[in-house]
Amino acid sequence: MPETALQLAARVGRGQLGPAEPAAQSLARIRASDDRLHAFLSLREDAPERASRLGRSAFLGLPLAGVPVAIKDNLNLVGTVTSCGSRMLANYRSPYTATVVERLERAGAVVVGKTNLDEFAMGSSTENSAFGATRNPWDLGRVPGGSSGGSAAAVAGGQVPLALGSDTGGSVRLPAAFCGVLGFKPTYGRLSRYGLVAFASSLDQVGVLARSSADLAAALDVMCGIDPLDSTSIDHPPSFTAALDLGISGLRVGWIRQALRGNHPAVERAMATVQQVLEAGGARFGEADLPTLEAAVPAYYLIADSEASSNLARYDGMLYGLRSGGSDYSAVMAESRAEGFGQEVKRRVLMGTYALSSGYYDAYYSKAMRVRRLIARDFAAAFGAYDLLLCPTAAEPAFPIGERSADPLAMYRTDVYTVGISLAGLPALSLPAGYAQVDGKQLPVGIQLIAPALRDELILAVSQHFERVTEGRFFGIAPGFA
Amino acid sequence: MPEPLEAVIGLEVHLQLRTRTKMFSACRADYFSAEPNSFTDPLTLGLPGALPVINRQAVELAILFGLALGCQLEGRAQFHRKNYFYPDSPKNYQISQYDSPIGRSGHLDLGGRTVRVRRIHLEDDAGKLIHPPGEPVSLLDLNRAGMPLIELVTEPDLTSPLEARDFLYQLRSLAQTLGVSDANPEEGKMRADVNLSLRAPGAPLGTKVEIKNLNSFRSVQRALEYQTEVQRRQLRSGEAVRQATFGWDEAAGRTYLLRSKEQEADYRYFPEPDLPPLAITKPWIEKIRARLPELPSAKEARYLALGVRAAEAALLSQSPDLSSFLDRAIAAYPGPAQTLVNWLLGDVAGTLTASGIEIAASPLRPEHLAALAALVDRGEISGKMAKELLPEVMEGGDPQELVAARGLRAVRDETTLTEAIEATLREQRELAERVISGSNPKAIHALFGQVMRRTGGAAQPERLRDLLRARLERLAAERAERP
Repeated sequence: MPETALQLAARVGRGQLGPAEPAAQSLARIRASDDRLHAFLSLREDAPERASRLGRSAFLGLPLAGVPVAIKDNLNLVGTVTSCGSRMLANYRSPYTATVVERLERAGAVVVGKTNLDEFAMGSSTENSAFGATRNPWDLGRVPGGSSGGSAAAVAGGQVPLALGSDTGGSVRLPAAFCGVLGFKPTYGRLSRYGLVAFASSLDQVGVLARSSADLAAALDVMCGIDPLDSTSIDHPPSFTAALDLGISGLRVGWIRQALRGNHPAVERAMATVQQVLEAGGARFGEADLPTLEAAVPAYYLIADSEASSNLARYDGMLYGLRSGGSDYSAVMAESRAEGFGQEVKRRVLMGTYALSSGYYDAYYSKAMRVRRLIARDFAAAFGAYDLLLCPTAAEPAFPIGERSADPLAMYRTDVYTVGISLAGLPALSLPAGYAQVDGKQLPVGIQLIAPALRDELILAVSQHFERVTEGRFFGIAPGFA
Repeated sequence: MPEPLEAVIGLEVHLQLRTRTKMFSACRADYFSAEPNSFTDPLTLGLPGALPVINRQAVELAILFGLALGCQLEGRAQFHRKNYFYPDSPKNYQISQYDSPIGRSGHLDLGGRTVRVRRIHLEDDAGKLIHPPGEPVSLLDLNRAGMPLIELVTEPDLTSPLEARDFLYQLRSLAQTLGVSDANPEEGKMRADVNLSLRAPGAPLGTKVEIKNLNSFRSVQRALEYQTEVQRRQLRSGEAVRQATFGWDEAAGRTYLLRSKEQEADYRYFPEPDLPPLAITKPWIEKIRARLPELPSAKEARYLALGVRAAEAALLSQSPDLSSFLDRAIAAYPGPAQTLVNWLLGDVAGTLTASGIEIAASPLRPEHLAALAALVDRGEISGKMAKELLPEVMEGGDPQELVAARGLRAVRDETTLTEAIEATLREQRELAERVISGSNPKAIHALFGQVMRRTGGAAQPERLRDLLRARLERLAAERAERP
């Protein structure tokens, strides 16, 4: 069983373990397992050498000293390819590093590779990658969830203890649930988006995947805080590590009524487990009504796709990325985009362009923004009565590869429990809380913990309590990868 | 005789702001004459993951400009994305402002007429496409991409091409006075789009056409004149004017169709999600108001009150450099301002023009010009001596020191001057006779000039005039007493 991030950091940080060691071990594990998982799009083979060159003393006392991390391939790291899972950027090397990645590195973390994703983070299964699907470590015939499926599979497959993803409508939480790891999306603005390739700017948040609450807290502590390069970033981060020991006594917890029906029996069992554990710790349970959540999926897709249509306009084959032939610039642009983008990206760019068009703006984008405000209001009202809201991350465990690829609407409905939270900008964690037995395989299921905006740390306190009481039995590495 | 048609003109002016960095990033803005594509950064290049951050200096310059135009500024400004594909715009959208601009409802006074300003807003500029003649390529320079622009939109209050041109001159001088923009059309720092329609006086507005990307004031006037004629002919012959957008071919002196109304782009504006709304608060506005310098109209009024001639007061108030020089000179000078204006717009301007130096770059100091004029006023040197000293004063010389060093002093000594007068009268009997006999009293001026010449221009003029007049009067009196 590989050590946690903090165990590794403690040894490297005290000089007991060479700073290159954890990265070398991690790369070895990736090489041994990634032909099965395809979690990574590129490896940083020289990561151990880089760490050695910095020298032991450079890592002394650092909170994440020597910790190998994987980052989703839509986060920039200077000199490495940032493909976004797209043919368009297959050979694009970034000349700069994303703020969150820079902060991780400054805390001693060592990036070992970049993980697979649905193209430009558009998808719920990591099947929409131009470089092939990632597989779920619990059942290689199933999807890991998406779009941060590579990062989730890498953590669940024991390749790294910690990974970064991005979450626009559930892209960290859903794969975390499908792969049985912790997946946290902070309050919008908590983590800088500078260097995260934009999908839908008003929704995109960097998220963290881990196998322990303490690892998650340590990563958040080094990354949070205002970034002058991101005008939507916010200051005054809490101490996540300190919050681990807050306890849950007296906590008022509400199940979201709109998410109580139609769930897989294993999901229902996980809900019961969570309630039981928290009640035993002194929490009180009730139900919260959020009627506007019914409109969350259409509102989310209208807003996300509208922003995407504009954000992806820059990929035109002119300055960088794929360039296809053509007789003039508009032909070059059109050809490059036709060749460089996959089906799902094209569908969303078209939908977004349509929704923003003159004559349709009021009916679509503008109405979706009104729904967004109503959803935020519903959540705010519910937080008048509850400190924390709960609902499943997904109604079912991971589905088989290929099952929903031909049916975009079925794929979009996978996100029904996650997108409303994104629209409201709230912090949420997918907590692994049980298993389903499907076709002789054990599949994890996750429960979402949702806190009011800016109360991110509350979630860590609850997660830590649950982890301690259940002795981490839902947080493990998938069988066959341990 | 057909009914006269009047022109209804509105302007859309882009001014490049004078900021240290670009509109939405820390990329430096002083790219002028730099290597192509040497002033770029991830945002300028539209690289994946780069984010915009609002330039505070640009916002404050826009507020300053808005204050000078009497705009309504307080409230919430929002940036929007204007989406369109063009290779000079790497993001393929422009960050502009749509329904919540920085300023609205302002005005600019134009010699007694008020032109209403509908709005001013901030946006980022595009790069520059260069099409080398005869080559099958286009070149792209992104140094200008991301530069901050103010777009100013007027109401259709202008009534002639000449007036449109005047408006632009006034606007430029305002922008320069405020330090908001160099407003230099030759460097692309001021560009205008115009719209024009014709109508019978009092009739509702006609169909308008737009002419885009006019790069000089002259082009604005010519393009408007050209389109006025086109529309006049169309309307006279009963044709309808079709709404369209034109370009202007300066060399050929005519407009050409860019697109018709049906081809108008749909920019799919939506609020820029990377930039939260900007609160323009009263305290912020007031802080900036304190930086507001004297505006050209106030300056002109002040000069008039100081007794400066109207044409020169108008001219000076339009030039921030000349007027700031003049103001410093006035502060050091007890005499009438017009005397300084005469110097400044006369010999000083002449010398500067000849040497191709701007007043701001000249070593001439305002206090020195004031001192030179004062020396003449006090009779310490003559006007002629002052003119002779000017070239050295313009090189930075202190007139007091120059006068002392050379022992230059105007001659006031009665004996010396009387000797010169007597000698001249002996030589110029005929002239003297005319004054003495009263046949031509004005001949005294010619005599004065002769005496002055004899002193080498050193005579103190008032003193000389008094002595000469007294001498001639005495001679006339003596003659009258003779039997």
